[in-house]
Amino acid sequence: MIHFVVHDEGDSVGVVVVEGVKADQELTGWIMDQDREIVVRAQSAIPMGHKLAIRPLAANDTVIKYGVDIGRAVAAIKVGEHAHVHNIKTKRW
Amino acid sequence: MGVDLKNATFRGYKRENGRVGVRNHVVILPVDDLSNAACEAVANGVKGALAIPHPYGRLQFGADLELHFRTLIGAGANPNVAAVVVIGIEDGWAKRVADGIATTGKPVSFFGIEGHGDLETIRRASQQTKEYVQWASELRREERPLAELWVSTKCGESDTTSGIGANPCVGNAFDKLYPHGVTLVFGETTELTGGEQLVAARCRTPAVRDKFMFMFNRYQEVVNRHKTNDLSESQPTKGNIAGGLTTIEEKALGNIQKIGRKCLVDGVLDKAEAPTGPGLWFMDSSSAAAEMVTLCAASGYAVHFFPTGQGNVIGNPILPVIKICANPRTVRLMPEHIDVDVSGITRREINMDQAGDKLLEMMFRTANGRLTAAEALGHREFVLTRLYESA
Repeated sequence: MIHFVVHDEGDSVGVVVVEGVKADQELTGWIMDQDREIVVRAQSAIPMGHKLAIRPLAANDTVIKYGVDIGRAVAAIKVGEHAHVHNIKTKRW
Repeated sequence: MGVDLKNATFRGYKRENGRVGVRNHVVILPVDDLSNAACEAVANGVKGALAIPHPYGRLQFGADLELHFRTLIGAGANPNVAAVVVIGIEDGWAKRVADGIATTGKPVSFFGIEGHGDLETIRRASQQTKEYVQWASELRREERPLAELWVSTKCGESDTTSGIGANPCVGNAFDKLYPHGVTLVFGETTELTGGEQLVAARCRTPAVRDKFMFMFNRYQEVVNRHKTNDLSESQPTKGNIAGGLTTIEEKALGNIQKIGRKCLVDGVLDKAEAPTGPGLWFMDSSSAAAEMVTLCAASGYAVHFFPTGQGNVIGNPILPVIKICANPRTVRLMPEHIDVDVSGITRREINMDQAGDKLLEMMFRTANGRLTAAEALGHREFVLTRLYESA
């Protein structure tokens, strides 16, 4: 069973695709482009559809998804931590 | 692959100008807001007629007025429409819209309200509508080659599952349709922000690329001129954010999955412009669902692919809107709105090739006459794009 999906192995984040993910839960992720699996421990509850970091990010680091820049971290984000509007912002507009 | 497209056909209505439609509507088309009441009265009285009310058409000018006429004429000219009755507050602009639609060769009449009043206009327009409806009821579908089908796409209330499943499912279907000479379109100019370079790299020629970047930059200037913040809660929308999308760049990269991995961008259209040949077209357009789908209808598209994550319920009166969803919760909570469930992708139960085939199968069923969820539920959002204030 997979709990989250990653588009590309170079990405900083994955997307939770199941409901009810809890803190400390061990999550299996599917990296679609390379068709392989990774395991990450959730730092908190994460709603379905929301992202978690799969590599550590420092403030101002570029966040990569689909192998492309999707914005910048505005706070440090640990592996397994919920990554969303509270710690990532657009570089546009 | 499950769907053989090489000799594929669908059953459509061949129109006077050679275009092929998949619906057979007799449309009662208001030129302006004031004429909605008469149009709706005609459609209430004559069974099988379809009024498409909208709130605009007065004191517009310049490019905004041109777009208004192009959208109304394009909607009437769409091959899903058999015949049109145009009603306006006065004769001049009603005739202008009717004349534009008449270039297709389809039956069209116009009526002005001034000097007659609503009741007399409704009586005269109803008489004409009854004749059109009875005439259209004897038209028959015929077998037509796949290449005569025009397919548009635009997604809505996207979330992260859109980028994982529903949008690449459309992209897979587009990649399969493209080599068979189907006429395709995508748009949503602001929702390419962060991925515009990926679209530019897919343009067939430098001229197409320059025109695309001109349209893209033109829209960025509109956003920059009017914005008061970083557009949080509008782009991405609150629904997008609830669904896990964080930035416009992330949303755009999901959006771009809809044009697949192989097909090239063959040309660029301004809003509501009709394409001049097969291939994949980019149309400069709003990213608001009903506006974009209405522009696709006005450009002449016959079937629409609409991937959604959180569950946008949009439809269109003229263009059947097929909903594709990969979010297991949305499919569970809002099943009546979803035509193609591809949530199996998030569970790794089906692959993208199978998902694309599932959509193509529904495309043929829809083209052959199956009502979409939005049609069955009465969704008829006809929303005109405005460029600026009225005079």
